[in-house]
Formats: sequence, C-alpha cells, structure tokens
Amino acid sequence: MKVRVKRGEAFQQFEVPREPSQTVLDVVTHIQRHLDPTLAYRYACRVGMCGSCAMTVNGAPRWTCRTHVDKVVRNDELTVAPLRNLPVIRDLVTDMRGFFDKWARARGQFQGARTRSEDFARVAPQSEKRGFADAAIECIGCAVCYSACDVVAWNPDYLGPAALNRAWTLANDERDTQQAARLRAVAGDAGCHACHTHLSCTERCPKALSPTAGIAGLKRAVAAAALRGEL
Amino acid sequence: MRGETRLWLAQRASAAVLALCVLVHLATIVYAVRGGLSGAEILARTQGNAAWFAFYSLFVLAVTVHAPIGLRAVLGEWLGWRGRSRALALWLFAMVLYALGMRAVLGVFA
Repeated sequence: MKVRVKRGEAFQQFEVPREPSQTVLDVVTHIQRHLDPTLAYRYACRVGMCGSCAMTVNGAPRWTCRTHVDKVVRNDELTVAPLRNLPVIRDLVTDMRGFFDKWARARGQFQGARTRSEDFARVAPQSEKRGFADAAIECIGCAVCYSACDVVAWNPDYLGPAALNRAWTLANDERDTQQAARLRAVAGDAGCHACHTHLSCTERCPKALSPTAGIAGLKRAVAAAALRGEL
Repeated sequence: MRGETRLWLAQRASAAVLALCVLVHLATIVYAVRGGLSGAEILARTQGNAAWFAFYSLFVLAVTVHAPIGLRAVLGEWLGWRGRSRALALWLFAMVLYALGMRAVLGVFA
C-alpha cells in the first residue's frame, strides 16, 4: 500500500506491504525499521493502555496501536500525520506538555482528607455519583479528543475534553476535598462553558467515553454553584 | 469566571424565553393571516393591546440578551477578538438591537 507520512511541512511517500491484522502502528514501525530509520514517532505499550501512540490517520485522530489498517485504508492508501492542536516536535511526535498542564489547571489531582492510618472510605457502588465517575474514569490520556476538538483549535486556552473529563470524575468523587476550587478552575472562558457540544471528542474517543456528557455535567454543577453564590 | 458563568446562565435563560416567544410569534402569524390581512387591519387589532405589547417587549429583551452573548463567542473563536473592545462593541450591538426591536414594538402595539 501507499503510505504518506507528514514530516515537517511536506509528506513523504513510502510503499509498505500489507499484512494480516496489521495496525497503523505496525505500518509506521515498518517504515522506521526497514525504509527510513530517521522517522520519529512515539509508542510504548502497543496494547491500548498507555496513550502514547495517537496520530492523525486519514484525517482523523486515532490510537494507532489498536487501529487496524483494514478499517481505515482507502484505495490502498494511508495518510499518517501528527495529532492536531499540539506543537510538533518532529515528524509524528507532538509535545504533550500543554495538554497535561491543562489537566493540572483543571484541578485533576485527587486530594482526600484521610490519612493512611485511617480506614478506607466507603463509597456506595450504586450511588449516582459513583456511576458518573465510573463512566468517565477509563481515560488513557492519549489526546485523541483534544486533537479532535474544534474549540481547542479556536481557543488555545480552552482546557479541552480530557482535562474536563478528569475534573468531572473528581467532581463526583465524594472523598475529594477540593470541590469548590475545582468548579472555579473549570468555569470561565477557557473552561466547560466554552464547549459547543460538537461531540467530536465523544465520536473519536478510543475508549468510547463521553467527555461531552462530563462537560455538560460540569456546566450544570458550575451554574448551580454560581446560583448558590459558592463560585 | 463568575462573569462567564453568569453570561452562560443568561444565554440559557434567554434561549428558554425565546423558544416560547418564537413559537407563539409564528403560531399567531399563521393563525391571524389565514384569510388574508392588510397592514391597516393588523394595526387596528394590535395598537393599544397591552398584553401583546408586554409579550413583544419581553421578546425583544430576550433577543437583546441572547444574541450578543452568542456573537461574543463567534468573535472570540473565529476572529480572536477578546477583551474590552469586544465588550464595548457588543454593548453597542445590544443597544442597537434593543432600540430597533422596541421601535417596532412601539409602532405596532403602542
């Protein structure tokens, strides 16, 4: 098959043999090992856990280790580019610092009140909040949603779907002690209210999460806090 | 951020008012002109009607709140226009909207 790889401003073309059950990551690895060892890309686990191998494949952001060539190839052609909305370091490698800094800005850190000498907190598995947290917790931090989001492209300060999804899981964690501060952190022009509900993040999330639903939850929580005068 | 949240709430609330107003507005037009109506006949029915005056005054107010907040996001995201100058321009836009709307309301219902 013909594979076009974005390197800097231009695309470089390679001819890569098709294999059964071949993933896009296999294709990029083949190019680096057999055709051009200077190609830079990033991966670690190869099994959809670590969130490091996301790239733009035929125009859409995807986790390349779990994306089969059969599913995305068109006319025996594949185009691979770095993720959108992140600065490119080289070839297919993006600088993800800004992405993760936004998790910190959205108060993505858990902070509890108990010490290790105290008993475990008991959270009812069937409670509504536990259900909301469970639905959003499996994020692997791959930045596919961030790359898919138009609001990030239009407003570079926007925290983005992944950071807000993380904030939503903690907003539903009854052990966490930073609730008011977190709602303040996710309000505002760069926060949850900037989301236009385009659903691109939900459409593209490889873990089938819905950051859009979490962001809607944050909008409601922030608005309620504002009306109570707690913001 | 409190300001942003208030703007969001104002836009949601005005959208709820607009949804109702637009429905009533369209239904009334369709109902009233079934048999054909002249401008003079319409004015004869509407002028001096306090209830419709109040309804359309609310309609104009909701538009005045709703449109500039939406335009604010468009200007920020598409043109990168933020800050004081955008706020001033939007206040001006809101005042023009309100003036034009109330001019029509006064003309038809006062």
